[in-house]
Amino acid sequence: MQNNDSLIIAGKSYQSRLLVGTGKYKDLDETRNAVEASGAEIITIAVRRSNIGQSPDEPNLLDVLPMDRYTLLPNTAGCYNVEDAVRTCRMARELLDGHDLVKLEVLGNEKTLFPDTIATIEAAEILVKDDFKVMVYTNDDPIIAKRLEEIGCVAVMPLAAPIGSGLGIRNPYNILEIIENARVPIIVDAGVGTASDAAIAMELGCDGVLMNTAIAAAKDPVLMASAMKKGIQAGREAFLAGRMPRKRYASASSPIDGTFF
Amino acid sequence: MQVIINGESRDVPEAITATQLIDLLELGGKRIAIESNQEIVPRSAFETHSFKPGDQIEIVQAIGGG
Repeated sequence: MQNNDSLIIAGKSYQSRLLVGTGKYKDLDETRNAVEASGAEIITIAVRRSNIGQSPDEPNLLDVLPMDRYTLLPNTAGCYNVEDAVRTCRMARELLDGHDLVKLEVLGNEKTLFPDTIATIEAAEILVKDDFKVMVYTNDDPIIAKRLEEIGCVAVMPLAAPIGSGLGIRNPYNILEIIENARVPIIVDAGVGTASDAAIAMELGCDGVLMNTAIAAAKDPVLMASAMKKGIQAGREAFLAGRMPRKRYASASSPIDGTFF
Repeated sequence: MQVIINGESRDVPEAITATQLIDLLELGGKRIAIESNQEIVPRSAFETHSFKPGDQIEIVQAIGGG
């Protein structure tokens, strides 16, 4: 692997191209072990109401995944309009001492969790003006992706397939089109199911992959986290190496010259 | 006085400050953020910000998410 092959987001350099979510795990121990096994440096979190009056000694996510070790990426999951998404980002910034990197998602439909791209654009405009560094979840639409880049988002994150579906990259040519036209990192966010899906995303030339359910819903999440780390690395190296062209017919690997039969 | 905290009506002392509310709710030392009537109450103002009757207060924290 090239030593200088780092992922740069908003001026900060990362060695891992795998970004992971922290939802859906059995408990905080499993969350920590899976995140560690994944090698991820950027981890998403959600912002939700505190449990008032319930077990004050209950451990917190940030106790097991400390802010000084990971780059936290608070999300706007569950937001179906511009106002809720912007409000969530502002709460996250206050919660994390002025931390301004956020994952914006404005959802449009409960069954598919497909993004409302029009509301996403509107929210991104507000957040960029408010000095947030916005990593934005969007559809695999090259026109919308470019628009989000032009607004000033620091990374554009098209889905591979619906969130939590594990269907893999459903539209590789759109993802490729987005990558080829981009000047900011393109990170496939959502929809990968297993390590080969992650490798395919990286082979297309994605700058990274963000996933949660593919690891958390595996029978052995910690082992799957390790598999994903390798899938991402393999895919990245294959992309950098440049694959052979596809051909319709065979091409012998052993020379014809010198045969004695 | 009555305020709404995380969607539930609660009785708290008059003019309670954010710091006092945090103590009352046993949230001291926790990483939280507070919003009152959809305006953030910055941590730097916890000592001085007093709540009023009917304030809609949201107290949030980080949890696992994707």
